[in-house]
Amino acid sequence: MAMLPFSVIRPRQGFVERTYLWEALHGLIVTFRHLFLNLGRHLLRLLGARVAPGAVTIQYPEQPAVLGRRARARHFLLRRADGFPRCTSCLLCETICPAKCIHITAEESPDVMVEKRAKSFDIDLGLCVFCGHCVEACPCDAIHMDVDQVELSSYTRSGMIWSLPALMRGKPQGGAPS
Amino acid sequence: MAKTIKFTLDGRVIEAREGETVLQAATRLGLLIPHYCWHPALGNPGNCRMCNVEVEGAPKALVSCRLYPKEGMVARSAAPAPRRWQSAALEFHLVDHPLDCPVCDQSGECGLQDYYMNSIGRYRSSMRDNKWHMGKRMVLGPHIMLDQERCIMCTRCTRFVDLISKSHELGIFGRGHSQVIDLVPGRVLDNPYSGCVADVCPVGALTDRDFRFQVRVWYLDWTDSICPGCSRGCNISAHTSTRRPWQNKGLRLARVKPRYKPEVNGHWICDEGRYGFLNYDSDRLGKVMRLKPSAEELSWEAAAAEVSSALRRKPAEGLAVMASGRLSNEDWQAFQKLFLEKLNVRRFLFAPEPDQVGAEDELLRRRDKAPNLEGGKAVGFGTRIASMSWDSLAADIEAGKVWGLYAVDRDPVKVWDQRGHELLERLDLLVYQGPRKGLTGELAHYRLPATDWLEEKGHFTNFQGLVQPYRQALKPLGAAKPDWAIFEGLAARL
Repeated sequence: MAMLPFSVIRPRQGFVERTYLWEALHGLIVTFRHLFLNLGRHLLRLLGARVAPGAVTIQYPEQPAVLGRRARARHFLLRRADGFPRCTSCLLCETICPAKCIHITAEESPDVMVEKRAKSFDIDLGLCVFCGHCVEACPCDAIHMDVDQVELSSYTRSGMIWSLPALMRGKPQGGAPS
Repeated sequence: MAKTIKFTLDGRVIEAREGETVLQAATRLGLLIPHYCWHPALGNPGNCRMCNVEVEGAPKALVSCRLYPKEGMVARSAAPAPRRWQSAALEFHLVDHPLDCPVCDQSGECGLQDYYMNSIGRYRSSMRDNKWHMGKRMVLGPHIMLDQERCIMCTRCTRFVDLISKSHELGIFGRGHSQVIDLVPGRVLDNPYSGCVADVCPVGALTDRDFRFQVRVWYLDWTDSICPGCSRGCNISAHTSTRRPWQNKGLRLARVKPRYKPEVNGHWICDEGRYGFLNYDSDRLGKVMRLKPSAEELSWEAAAAEVSSALRRKPAEGLAVMASGRLSNEDWQAFQKLFLEKLNVRRFLFAPEPDQVGAEDELLRRRDKAPNLEGGKAVGFGTRIASMSWDSLAADIEAGKVWGLYAVDRDPVKVWDQRGHELLERLDLLVYQGPRKGLTGELAHYRLPATDWLEEKGHFTNFQGLVQPYRQALKPLGAAKPDWAIFEGLAARL
């Protein structure tokens, strides 16, 4: 399909628009509306007329952050009943990964009906863009991003590369694994 | 001019040669009619029923691999009715197929996937019964693995072992639904061409054991090349894995597949050529080195200056040169210019090493395992200039007649064994040039790294006199240069 060029006609701005006075005032109205609304909600809660609090600031490092249900955090590899990862090493996640941060090598699986399993599975979380394509691509539901562990840091680049045992560890224990 | 028959296929007028089937004529012209069992070299049993076409005036579906065109015939392969027949045939092939594409090594180059995605697949199967389980992961021989569940019974592999390798290891057992391909009792699929059954298999039933789980095929780069395994010069496609270095055990060459060339190798290559590349990345040289009297890494300019003056230090009568049959035509040309025209060397050795003479058969393999001794003949080596024998050169070194040796991709220590160490210690100058260190590389005064066949482009002349090009597939390792460039660098300073 051929693309046709076209021009965007911008609206003409009058004197009032160009002073920006109204827009600056509008911004202040929004800020103060939030302030008074939340103040009102907190007061109502204090008086017992309301259950939910108004907007609050979380004291983040001391107080854990609350993540949304669909938040994508670090990867988590699910296990089979026998303790091995569910991953069959098909390399679809490695193929779809736009950051090229997944490195898998395969080996023969002892289970003849599974055929193939991951010998090594490394994710460079320093490169990962947390797009979730790997979770979408996985045909075995072997990789999740739902362990809500977002505190990923390391003093070295190699420390950001997580391998199979670390990725199979379930809920975060606090701090990056060694 | 051979007689041609004009007929119409999918609204296109096609000229078939006499004796050609509809499928052959269409494939020659690049038109796709789905097919599994027909292979140009293995006949057309007509058992896969994928190539069904509709012919005007015919009461039912006809398989185009057994249909000879008539003048003015109107056939359709892509119309709704033939597409429906083809998709029904494909559905039958998939009745017991495990659909394990994610773990199958054929995935990405599989005939089932190709046609399934290409508008023939029925995404909802009408089968309500469970799939039958058959043999998985069966080792057929040193190179090939069989998965009976993935097999679609096209019988290409059994026809290959019957018609081409004539070794008859594979057979069809059982009937109907329980029909399987298996080894003939008491046999192992171990013939010099066994790797070809994985090539002819259109699905993932027969796969290479050494390629198993190494690289997914979509990460491979294909390069047209020539097999350097013997003087046949089979046309091959070198599949290299460089995009994901952690795959394929870190090796760059993943596998070798044959490339169709009717005059030379047809559709096939032998197992020696196919699996003989495993040491491609091992023992490689990447640094220009002077090892004696003092070990030091040199630049190419410094090495060329030192080696060229060393070659001139004593009279050329006492200089011997060993060349390998792996040199390309370009290398032979520069070799001739350096050692004959510039240095006037008299002692040449280009006879094969004792282990370079191997098995020969009527199909492809040649006794002479050096790929390009013919190229040397074109510049006089082997015609005008005779090669010394390994024994006579050893005797000359022992008698003190030879003071210097320039070995190009040759390993005299391997041939002469313990005696070789003593002989080479006597020399005033030993230059070793080659892609791999070998045993001689340790003893040399100068060690020059050369590229191997996949890292350079050039031409090989095969035993029929056919000059065939090979292309560069990989980057040279370290400072390695093609042999001709090293010879030119030396010749420029003499």
